[in-house]
Amino acid sequence: MRNGLFEWEKPLYELELRIEELQKFTADKDMDLSREIATLEKKAEYLRREIYQNLTAWQQVLLARHPKRPTTLDYVELIFDDFLELHGDRYYRDDPAIVGGLATFEGLPVTVIGPQKGRDTKENIRRNFGLPHPEGYRKALRLMKQAEKFQRPIVCLIDVVGAYPGIEAEERGQGVAIAQSIRHMSFLRTPIVCIITGEGGSGGALAIGIGDRILMLEHAWYSVISPEMCAQILWKDSSKAPEAAEALKLTAKDLLSMNAIDEIVPEPLGGAHKNHQEAAANVKAALRQALASILPIPLDILVEERLERFRQLGQWQEKAVAASEARK
Amino acid sequence: MQVNGCLEGVDSMFKDLFRTKPKYVTVRPQAVSIKQDSSAGLWEKCPNCENLIYKKGLEQSFYVCEKCDFHFRIDVWERLRQIVDEGTFEELHTDLVSDNPLGFPGYPEKLAQAREKTGLDEGLIAGRAVIQGNPCMLAIADFDFMAGSMGSVVGERVTRTFEVAMEQELAAVVFSAGGGGARMQEGVLSLMQMAKTSQAVERHHQEGLLYLSVLTNPTLGGVYASFASLGDFLLAEPGALIGFAGPRIVEEATRQKLPNGFQSAEFALEHGMIDKIVHRKDLRQVIGRILHMHRKGLVPSA
Repeated sequence: MRNGLFEWEKPLYELELRIEELQKFTADKDMDLSREIATLEKKAEYLRREIYQNLTAWQQVLLARHPKRPTTLDYVELIFDDFLELHGDRYYRDDPAIVGGLATFEGLPVTVIGPQKGRDTKENIRRNFGLPHPEGYRKALRLMKQAEKFQRPIVCLIDVVGAYPGIEAEERGQGVAIAQSIRHMSFLRTPIVCIITGEGGSGGALAIGIGDRILMLEHAWYSVISPEMCAQILWKDSSKAPEAAEALKLTAKDLLSMNAIDEIVPEPLGGAHKNHQEAAANVKAALRQALASILPIPLDILVEERLERFRQLGQWQEKAVAASEARK
Repeated sequence: MQVNGCLEGVDSMFKDLFRTKPKYVTVRPQAVSIKQDSSAGLWEKCPNCENLIYKKGLEQSFYVCEKCDFHFRIDVWERLRQIVDEGTFEELHTDLVSDNPLGFPGYPEKLAQAREKTGLDEGLIAGRAVIQGNPCMLAIADFDFMAGSMGSVVGERVTRTFEVAMEQELAAVVFSAGGGGARMQEGVLSLMQMAKTSQAVERHHQEGLLYLSVLTNPTLGGVYASFASLGDFLLAEPGALIGFAGPRIVEEATRQKLPNGFQSAEFALEHGMIDKIVHRKDLRQVIGRILHMHRKGLVPSA
């Protein structure tokens, strides 16, 4: 990638440059090139659709990782009013890789939680590249329980490669923190909307991904394992990540077809990084609709339906087993 | 019979108490299992201390090296033989057969190989059992079946273990050996099994029923980060590898030298992640004793 542009966008970029040049030329030299420009624009439009609507799974993964893609705090700023960040898990420390706090969504107080990647190198180092430690998940769970107490809806914005695979993270119980978060989040008596905005990396994403409505941005990915790691384990070759990405069926469309998510939130053409405002407006509209559909549901039913949704996930064949055949 | 079993349990617990320094044995998941390594000979070499062990003796010593306490990997049938009252295991949910929901390349072949290798249809068997006179629901994972990983069928069997346990007001005992974590080949559906199983555990928990989780070598990834670490009691076999990210992944990600015994059961105990390490020879008694103490309607003897 150069200048935030992907290789596959280059032909389009060059065409756009040429159009710009012609427009400038028209203005400077007072020559009418509108017909040429119109032709090129038509071509660009065609190319744009051709490129962005036929992205491979791996291209989607790269898009979801674009350094200029809006982060959790970007969305928070653009979607909610007066965000009040709250810190700490009350056991060990505050994990800057997960942010959370109080905010107002169109007049309604909510709790917002999400992993936070850095927007530059310095912030990335401080936030451990958005890879949470157990205390991040414990903070998230603490804030979720607080939301339950005050009957505030919870909004989780998910963008995380995975839970941090570090020595201290293991010492402090990364696996247990994730398991406990999944367990308790599943039974919270308050509405939960989860939105996978970028990367949905395995248990580190699922730990804050149990919701009544689960939305996913068009170019986000969500999988049991990252394509690189999958390729490394299966084929001992992480450069086969594009094949792994294809095989894992990790795009928003794939997940919708498996009922793992409820809805795909459209992105600006070319990806959310092209226009933060537009991306956030789409997320906002989808969130408004999701909240409106679950807020009226009585809590008992809400929790039951949440559990039932996950209960149904999985696929197998059933073979006939005569009672006498069953191994004793 | 019940009292007897109980006392034996107490006895072994006290023995543990007075044991001197804990022995650190780190067992890597790739440590060969007994079945694979069995050359035609009568002797088996301990992968840890290289001690030569007479195979017939190994069977009597619970597949534990008498010299260094290394716990060999055992299959589900040997586990049943060691843990369950003879003839009481009744396997359930055998009608579930793994599919290839993503059309993942090579998955059907991997499944076929695993079936061939283990004689099992999936990486975990589940059913009703009696342990030292205590009825319970039991599930046992087999590492030799695709690294004990959890796909839809394993997830469903674990979930049903807890559901049937709820219906019948029984305790659940689960032996996990999920070194492979959530199974890659079923993609996000495997990931969702983490949610499904954890929710089943919690429902069972809310009924006030007992869940005893035994972590055997190795328990990692999505298996550890869901049902396996959610037991009321977490027991582990000595030397079992326990953690979220496996040691190789941690080493690669951090480029740090891993501490001695990193992610061993002893390490997990030291860091407060498990209740107790139980030697395989004592496992039946300890489980039996815990199950017995949670029987309903126990009253103080007059």
